[in-house]
Amino acid sequence: MPEEIKAHITGVVFQVTTKPGDRVAAGDAVIVLESMKMEIPVEAPRAGAVKEIKVQEGQTVQEGDVVAVLE
Amino acid sequence: MIRTVLVANRGEIARRVFRACRLLGLKTVAVYSEADREAPHVRDADEAVAIGGAPARESYLNADRILEAAGHAGADAIHPGYGFLSENWRFADAVERARIVFIGPRPEAIRKMGDKIEARRLMAAAGVPVLPGSFEPVADVGAAEAVAREVGFPVFLKAAAGGGGIGMARVDKPADLASAFATATRRAQAAFGTAELYIERCLERPRHVEVQVFGDGTGQVVHLHERECSIQRRHQKLVEESPAPNLPGPSKAGLTAAAVAGARAISYTNAGTMEFLVDEGGGFYFLEMNARLQVEHPVTEEVTGLDLVVAQIRVAAGEPLPWRQSEVVQHRAAIECRVYAEDPSKGFLPSPGTVQKLELPSGEGIRIESGVEVGSTVSVHYDPLLLKLIAHGATRQRAVERMADALDQCVVEGVRTTIPFLRRVIASGEFRGGRVHTQLLEQGAFNA
Repeated sequence: MPEEIKAHITGVVFQVTTKPGDRVAAGDAVIVLESMKMEIPVEAPRAGAVKEIKVQEGQTVQEGDVVAVLE
Repeated sequence: MIRTVLVANRGEIARRVFRACRLLGLKTVAVYSEADREAPHVRDADEAVAIGGAPARESYLNADRILEAAGHAGADAIHPGYGFLSENWRFADAVERARIVFIGPRPEAIRKMGDKIEARRLMAAAGVPVLPGSFEPVADVGAAEAVAREVGFPVFLKAAAGGGGIGMARVDKPADLASAFATATRRAQAAFGTAELYIERCLERPRHVEVQVFGDGTGQVVHLHERECSIQRRHQKLVEESPAPNLPGPSKAGLTAAAVAGARAISYTNAGTMEFLVDEGGGFYFLEMNARLQVEHPVTEEVTGLDLVVAQIRVAAGEPLPWRQSEVVQHRAAIECRVYAEDPSKGFLPSPGTVQKLELPSGEGIRIESGVEVGSTVSVHYDPLLLKLIAHGATRQRAVERMADALDQCVVEGVRTTIPFLRRVIASGEFRGGRVHTQLLEQGAFNA
């Protein structure tokens, strides 16, 4: 089942650390947000392959926005 | 002669500097980003100039735009506040080249203290105790391991261009060194544009104690006593106080003498802070020097009764220091609590939003430095400091009681804040007893 990964906080995309096809473990950073001078990783909730990255570096995301999808 | 001061900053510190300017009868100029059009600091100034987009690099970090604004407004001095460009020696140099007074230390002193390895070398040469570690960048994991084995684990890997705890990694054993080195290198490169790292021994349960210093153009340097700043998250301060409770007399005397000696060694001018770690035996070690006004300067002002920002402007204008060392006395005790838009129940995650309600304490012994008001947007683009509460009293106990009351009265709605955490700190046995160190928070001493 594909699973959406949502931002748990409002911020600016600082780094996209994965790309479609990458395998991630639970807890791996899929992207890194920057908010109020802090780098905050958005982590994969489970192991799997990245199906889609929905954001670009520099983009502002709101809490709850989908940033990536796992296969 | 200074007539018009531009503050290259925002929030509470811009407002604080404007207040000092008004006391001196100076004209004030604010700069603001697109996100700060409606911000209180913009209204506080006589004139305000838009300098660019919401991201700091387009505005508050954009030296060219700030210099243009100064030219446009006819400012003959620039106060950098803290953060942003305040410790960027190239900015200070560009300000001076534009024949504008930089209200702060000389560019050369900023450059020396900004290179944390050079700062270690200079302070060691001046007789200031430094932590065992490297006096050169460690080139690779092998070099790092050689130094770490010599000084003994645990160690800290730190960025040479760093400071304020950014890019710092604690390494407990040799097996962890390679991955910590890779992470610290990447973070240093991303944050500071240079990947150079150095190593310092990591102390267990140290206190963070710093000394406020002040120098003038005639070579005079005084200290304004110490501040205890051990309550920290992410190596950044949340609570500060002065005098430092339970600091042994010899440690206090040694710290202040070392701070003055270190500042003299680099011909330091204007306000600066020498940061130290104090170990359980009372030994102390230089950490870094902040070549600027500190967030926590009001603690020192309340304790000594002196106005640091007014003195900064006067000294920058070429006047000698307004005080002799014997006139700088700790008359009372003061505590500062930093109210950040962060959620302490979620590991101090940022909490951007809009301030919906704001009730601030007032009364004897209470001072507020706030950058926000009802309706203020707390943006993702900037540091989450909302306001500072400062309480003072004739005794530490009186100051602590006033701070506890002030925190109880303080209401901020619309964003999560550090207030619940600060209440627990002030109520804790560790804080009340003055038995604090920098690892208390991660040990869970203040958990709900």
